[in-house]
This record gives sequence, C-alpha cells and structure tokens, in this order.
Amino acid sequence: MSKKKDFDLVSTVGWTATAVLGVAAAFYLASTFERPPVIAIQWGPRGTAMELVYNPRTVVRELPRHAVPPKEEEVDKSGIPSREAYQNVQVLGDLDSAEFLRLMNALTAWVSPQQGCNYCHNPENLADDSVYTKVVARKMLQMTKVINESWQAHVGQTGVTCWTCHRGQPVPAYVWATETPQAERRTRGLMATAAGQNTVSTAAGLSSLPTDPFTPFLLEDKQIRVTTTWTPMSLGDNRMSIKQAEWTYALMFHFSAATGANCTFCHNSQNFGKWEGSTPQRVTAWHGIYMTRAMNNDWIEPLTPLWRENPKGPPEAGAAAALARLGPMGDALKINCMTCHQGAHKPMLGAQMLADYPELNAVSLSPVPLRAAMR
Amino acid sequence: MSMLSFEKKYRVRGGTLIGGDLFDFWVGPFYVGFFGVTTLFFTVLGTALILYGAALQGTFNVWTINIAPPDLKYGLGFAPLKEGGLWQLITICAIGAFVSWALRQVEISRKLGMGYHIPIAYSVAVFAYVTLVVFRPLLMGAWGHGFPYGIFSHLDWVSNVGYQYLHFHYNPAHMLAITFFFTTTLALSLHGGLILSALNPPKGEPVKSPDHENTFFRDLIGYSIGALGIHRLGLFLALSAGFWSAVCIIISGPFWTRGWPEWWGWWLNLPIWK
Repeated sequence: MSKKKDFDLVSTVGWTATAVLGVAAAFYLASTFERPPVIAIQWGPRGTAMELVYNPRTVVRELPRHAVPPKEEEVDKSGIPSREAYQNVQVLGDLDSAEFLRLMNALTAWVSPQQGCNYCHNPENLADDSVYTKVVARKMLQMTKVINESWQAHVGQTGVTCWTCHRGQPVPAYVWATETPQAERRTRGLMATAAGQNTVSTAAGLSSLPTDPFTPFLLEDKQIRVTTTWTPMSLGDNRMSIKQAEWTYALMFHFSAATGANCTFCHNSQNFGKWEGSTPQRVTAWHGIYMTRAMNNDWIEPLTPLWRENPKGPPEAGAAAALARLGPMGDALKINCMTCHQGAHKPMLGAQMLADYPELNAVSLSPVPLRAAMR
Repeated sequence: MSMLSFEKKYRVRGGTLIGGDLFDFWVGPFYVGFFGVTTLFFTVLGTALILYGAALQGTFNVWTINIAPPDLKYGLGFAPLKEGGLWQLITICAIGAFVSWALRQVEISRKLGMGYHIPIAYSVAVFAYVTLVVFRPLLMGAWGHGFPYGIFSHLDWVSNVGYQYLHFHYNPAHMLAITFFFTTTLALSLHGGLILSALNPPKGEPVKSPDHENTFFRDLIGYSIGALGIHRLGLFLALSAGFWSAVCIIISGPFWTRGWPEWWGWWLNLPIWK
C-alpha cells in the first residue's frame, strides 16, 4: 500500500541551493580568519596571560612600512656657520653651512621628495619667507628639537626626525581633526548624544565606541582615568560612568592600533589603574599622552592661521601638493600616536635615525614659539 | 551499606570496556570498574600535587592558591617541576580523571542498556577544558598558554586573554556561547517553574499532568515543546554553550591575532552596503 514518492523538483533544487550557499558561506567565513602558526611573546609573569600575539605573515608584510630612508651622505665641515653663509637663517644659524645643506637635502627627502625644494622655498630667493610652508618647517624643526630635548621620557635617546611623522609626505599619513558636533552627536532634539553607539569607530578599531577620542584627550586634557575611587562615603560625587569608560576605551583602542600591541602590553587587566601591576611601557605611554597633547597645543594649533590661508597647501607647489590642511571644523590636522608609531611599538622598529643627523640637535629654540609670540 | 529495594535490579554484571570482571563490583552504592580505579588514582594524585604546589607557594588560602603554567620559553616541552612542571602533571591528572569518569559513565550506560547521552553530554565539558589546556596551547606552540589553576588567578587569566583581543564581546563564537548560556538558564527556569507548579498544586487539588503543562505554555506563548522535547532542547542549549565556548577560545590566538572588533571588517565591507 506504500505510495511511491514522486521526484520533487522544487524541493531538490531548494535543498541543493541551500547546501551550495551554506558551503560557500562557510568558505567565505573561514577566509575572514587568520591561521596558525602565530607568534606569542610573554609579557608578564607566567599564567597571567599578559602576552603579545602576532601573525608572523602580517609582521613581514608590514616591514616596509617601518623602513628608514637611506642615510644622507655625511659632509666635511666648511668652517663657516650658516648664519654667515646665508641670509635669514633663524633657527639653524649655529649649524655649519655644509651641514646646513646636508640637512636641507635630508628634509626634502623626508617631507617633499616629489615637490622638491620649492615646496618651501621661493626659487628666486631662497631666503624669502613668502612661502608659508617655510615658516611651518621652521616651527617643526623647533618642535623636533623640543621633543628630542624635553620629552626623552617618551622618545628616549632614539628621538625623532621629520621622517618619523612625515615618511616622505608633506602631510603625514596619520593625522586627525576634530569631528563636527553633528557627526559626534548623531541624535536630535532632547535625545542624549549617541557617543559612538551604533556607529563604526575607525579610531577605535571598528568597534562601536566614540568616534573622536582625540579631541578630549590629545588636545584637551579631559580625565582619561575611569577606574573609580569609589568608597561608600563618596557615593554622591562618584563621576565615573560606563559612558566615560567608553571614551577612554576608544582612546586605548587607538593606542593599541598605533603600537601594534594589545592591552596587556601596558596593563594587567586584573586592575587597569594600578601602576604596580602594569608594565614599564605604561609609564612611557603616559608621558606620550602629555607629549602629544603638548605638541598639538604648543606647536601645531598655533600654526592654524597659516593653514587657513592655504587650506590646500602652497599654491606655488602646484596640484601635486594640493592636500587638505584643515579638518571639517576648520582646525589644523593634528597628531596622535599613530602619526609616529604607525603600528610599531617603537616607530620604525626602534631605528636610531636621529643619531645619523646631529644637525637636528643644533636647532635654536629662539625665536620663541609662535604661540608665545602671538600672545 | 544497605541496599534499596529496587537497587538490586540495576546491579547488572558485564558491560565493562576494559578489565573484564576484575573491577566489576560495587563499593556501597558506587560502581567501581577499571575507570573508577583510574579516576580515583588521578584525582588523589592531582589533588595531592595541587596541595604540594600550594605548600611551595606558601598559602593554603583557597582563593589565592595558584598553580601557574610554565613560561612560554619552554614551548611544548617539559618544564621544571617548580616552574610550571607541576601544572603539566596536574593537567595530565585532570584529563586522566575527567576521561576516566566519562568512560565509567559509558560502562554504567552499557550495564543499564541505555543510550550514551550522559557520557556524551559530560564529554562536551571535558572537550572545552581540553581545548583550553591542550588544543590551544598546541596550536600556539607553548603549554604556557594554558590557564592557571586557582580561583582568583584563572579569573585574572580570563580577563587578560580577553584584553589580548581588545574587546572579547566582539568575538563571534563568544557571542554564540553567551547567548546559549543565557538561553539555557532561561529554558531551565521556565521548565523548573512549570514542573514545580505542576507538582505543588493548591491544597486539595491533584498533582497536574503533562497535559496541564502543555496547556499552560500553549496559552502563554502559543506553543509547548512537550515533556520530552524540553529535555532535548535543554541538552542542545547546554552543549551548544560549552561547544561554542571552546570555539571562542580556540579561534582567539590561533585563528585571530588582532582586536575582535576588527574581525567584523568583512561584514562592514560586504558589497551590499559598503
């Protein structure tokens, strides 16, 4: 009495299509992952899981990113200081004139290799300050000197050169500007600010955290610490909230991307705030926060009027240099950790580049920084 | 020890996997078998080693005893006893005891002529443990990637492993595992509430039957999975939770080295909305 089942075309096609799609989706998903072997570096006592985890293939692929340009050939001193050899030498006057030329060549290779000397200089009169980028370059030389002299708690003896940020580009590849209030807010009327909810934060590793953690922490000095000092007695004025923690978390995501290291590079998450449980790198990073803030406020922001006058770069340099100099709010493009680090916990993997260019240490810090001059 | 009236019925000879009749006996109410002996051996040895480790550490505070795995530099080799070797021996003992227990469950299932549901279910938990202390360390190349044995210390380990990948809540398998854990507890609470109320009617009313139970949920949510079905569902949910926990940790490191939020880049880059 059994009824023979008919061949059901629709059902067969349906199941086959589902199976094919399922297998394709599984293959696609598998391709989104990495694979062993991986490299793990122990970064804390055994059993604490303080470890740096790297994909060796990615590390190799990114090596060129951390390369150092060929060393500019050393020169014999001419014996004549550049203030006597040239005109209008304001911050490199103490430098030997031959070394001055060497530094100028190096600067061109580091900052404007495509655009050449005329990116900053008026070819008719090299001493002329009419090209605004020359004024910027002068301030940047002083900034470099300040970093190397006063911020060794962060940069150590390795120091920085123009290359550390610029990497052969007039505008460094990794800069930031303050977000517009609308972009940050994303809500209307009386609704609370979204603060990154349901947005992809590229600043915070594609997470749904605040999208501009730089303005409050690397320009302003909003409090980064969110580990509560709560005691039953202080309940009333405990200002630590999850929302505040998310801003800090976003900034920490940026630190991680910039250094190519995870949270345990600096912290034992058993207690994020406790210095005793942290690694020495946290101290270096702490100084880095203050350094970045100082550079943005003392050296970059004060140059904003120059960039406002030339929002697309120096007109003399032509279309090749036409890059935006301002953010959506009309503010200067500022630095963060990524500007120098670019994914390595020591920029350029710790290459001692400054040692090859002692000329950078001869920069004079007078005239005073622009901000002070404008007061 | 006296025997319950129906207990004799279950004292069936045979069904052993190993050792034939040699260990096929009971001590009081407990079946022994070859795997009962090995369970006891590994348990006693492992516990003794933990106590030795605690003595070396200098504390018998149950919260802070910590048996840490070796430094990563020992790779997949043996470490000196006091520098993680103890952890390695205790891990062997733990796996020995857990696997023995599962096999003892198999023998009992065979004696009772029932399916292997219980050893299979228990094995999923053992699988998750072995994934943590064997499979993942093997894939990452060092026993030091295992978790430390200690109440506080293993929690700190979990926290730091999470922060190795910046934000573990973005780990897709972790999302599944957590969802299954929560759903398990939800299903269990619904089921427990149902059974308790069916079995404890108001004074003077008879105990309610599965028909009442089905009616309650059909009234409430329009569907009742049934008296047998809820146990199948519970097993599925609970085992899925354990299984996806194992997956979420084994992909962290061997199959992903960066922050978990970044993994979702493939989703953000799907051509439909890119």
